[in-house]
Amino acid sequence: MIGKLSSTERQYAAVVLVMLLAAGIGMAALGRSDTLGVHGLLVILFAGGLLYPVLSGFYEPEPTEDREASYYDDPIKVGIVLSMAWAVFGMSMGVWVAAQLAWPDLAFDAAWSTFGRLRPTHTSGVIFGFGGNALIATSFHVVQRTSRARLAGQFSPWFVLFGFNLFCLLAVSGYLLGVTQSKEYAEAEWYADLWLVVVWVTYFVLFLRTIARRREPHIYVANWYFMAFIVVVAILHIVNNLAVPVSWGHAKSYTIWPGVQDAMVQWWYGHNAVAFFLTAGFLGMLYYYLPVRAQRPIFSYRLSILSFWGITFFYMWAGSHHLHYTALPHWVQTLGMTFSVMLLVPSWASAGNALLTLNGAWHRVRDDATLRFMMAAAVFYGLSTFEGSFMAIRPVNALSHYTDWTVGHVHAGALGWVALITFGSFYTLVPTLWNREGMYSARLVEVHFWLAIAGTLIYVFAMWNSGIIQGLMWRTYTEDGALAYSFVDSLVAMYPYYIARAFGGLLFLIGAVVCCYNIWMTVRTVPLAKRLESDVPAAVALPGE
Amino acid sequence: MFEISHETLVAFSKSWGLFYLMGFFLCVVAYAFWPSNRKRFDRAKTSILDRDDKPWK
Repeated sequence: MIGKLSSTERQYAAVVLVMLLAAGIGMAALGRSDTLGVHGLLVILFAGGLLYPVLSGFYEPEPTEDREASYYDDPIKVGIVLSMAWAVFGMSMGVWVAAQLAWPDLAFDAAWSTFGRLRPTHTSGVIFGFGGNALIATSFHVVQRTSRARLAGQFSPWFVLFGFNLFCLLAVSGYLLGVTQSKEYAEAEWYADLWLVVVWVTYFVLFLRTIARRREPHIYVANWYFMAFIVVVAILHIVNNLAVPVSWGHAKSYTIWPGVQDAMVQWWYGHNAVAFFLTAGFLGMLYYYLPVRAQRPIFSYRLSILSFWGITFFYMWAGSHHLHYTALPHWVQTLGMTFSVMLLVPSWASAGNALLTLNGAWHRVRDDATLRFMMAAAVFYGLSTFEGSFMAIRPVNALSHYTDWTVGHVHAGALGWVALITFGSFYTLVPTLWNREGMYSARLVEVHFWLAIAGTLIYVFAMWNSGIIQGLMWRTYTEDGALAYSFVDSLVAMYPYYIARAFGGLLFLIGAVVCCYNIWMTVRTVPLAKRLESDVPAAVALPGE
Repeated sequence: MFEISHETLVAFSKSWGLFYLMGFFLCVVAYAFWPSNRKRFDRAKTSILDRDDKPWK
């Protein structure tokens, strides 16, 4: 990898890593025995670990080939590997915490392994580790191919990728040490948040500069979704994480938002994290990899534009449905509810657009498990957005809120939509990137597909049952107007569903492990495919220009 | 200090908020259905299927 950088770029890399090393030493010195000091040590190890290959390859001969004549795929390959590693870690933690709910002894009486600390390692591990790396990798791929332009940087893609993973490491290790901002999906503390701002702005600039180099007259719609993902996540992250640290030597900080405003800002962030981190970017994947795999253009390009603007502008207002029946003003709750219901229109437009693209190619969906992953993802996207709009209606929310129904809904989206579209994209991408004929084993893709579907369905059905039972038990009154069931009664009733949920999650995890093995064997053992030599770079004028 | 009352805010959202969203909707629809855009959209949706694996330069 270092051999492909020019000597100036190697200098950049060394300087940035030395600066990071210095920051780590500063954190360790200021933080001392505080968790900030421990994280300083982690930053030192991370920077040192990357500095070693940079310096040892520093005087290697410079690349001689014309780098501009090919796409820059190395960061994408590393991103896929990191994404799958995080998938296995994050899903394992998920199975563990799910098992803890059924068998609390699995916390083993230690502080670091309590449910409260492990749960965010699961959510951050899968959302940021698995999902984030997958988004970075696929966005680098899609923007280059649809723009017919190489990434506008040699060093910056690596900075974005490794910098983002440093953020993930700081976040996840911090939770185990007891660090948290107590904001859902934004648990990482101020220093990690500041670092992510630097990384994210670099990502934004890199993406914009690559699009600016494009040879296509029109920016393909998948890039719009990736762009919305990058821009909005930056805004959300900055606003929700505005906080003042206790001191420069302390990991703890306090948010600048007071009371109900804090709750509103958090759920404006939280719901838009679902919208722009877990939806917009993955729709970008859908709009590129689904047509490519099916070898059919998207059913309606116009519809994809309409649903893009619908999704970006409606989602912004939906967050307050997380705060029904709270101190939040009633009209703000109603606003969130209304926009959540309206969101169904652009969401179903996207899901329908994907399924109609496959109309006429159903035999390929039957034969090709990779395409089936994407088809199932579109179906789950349609189902979970319908469910979400429904649950945002205030009286429905009265039953569903604080119950496992919410957890089931999130996982219908996260497993059924986000993870399935990612696996489908990876199975399309891996043979292309490594220039192989196909995946090592089509049968293992098939096995993975059915494990993922079975796991998701078991999980979601268990949570629907347990959630509705919980909700009903909590609102059942006796004839004298007292509550009929204690909280512990409802907990005992959950026991079988919690076992089923952990089992469903385990199946999904096994599927991800099968995927890792298949990717590994594809790279190691499948022979190289013949290069497409007939390809002509888009130097001549193209129709439509 | 200048204070925005609850009623002022609600009135503003119910009027200008609505106009802004409607105006935005009309712009998006006009863009998506503008006849001369058809050619570039058609090209965009088919060109990603080209088996081309090199950048333009």
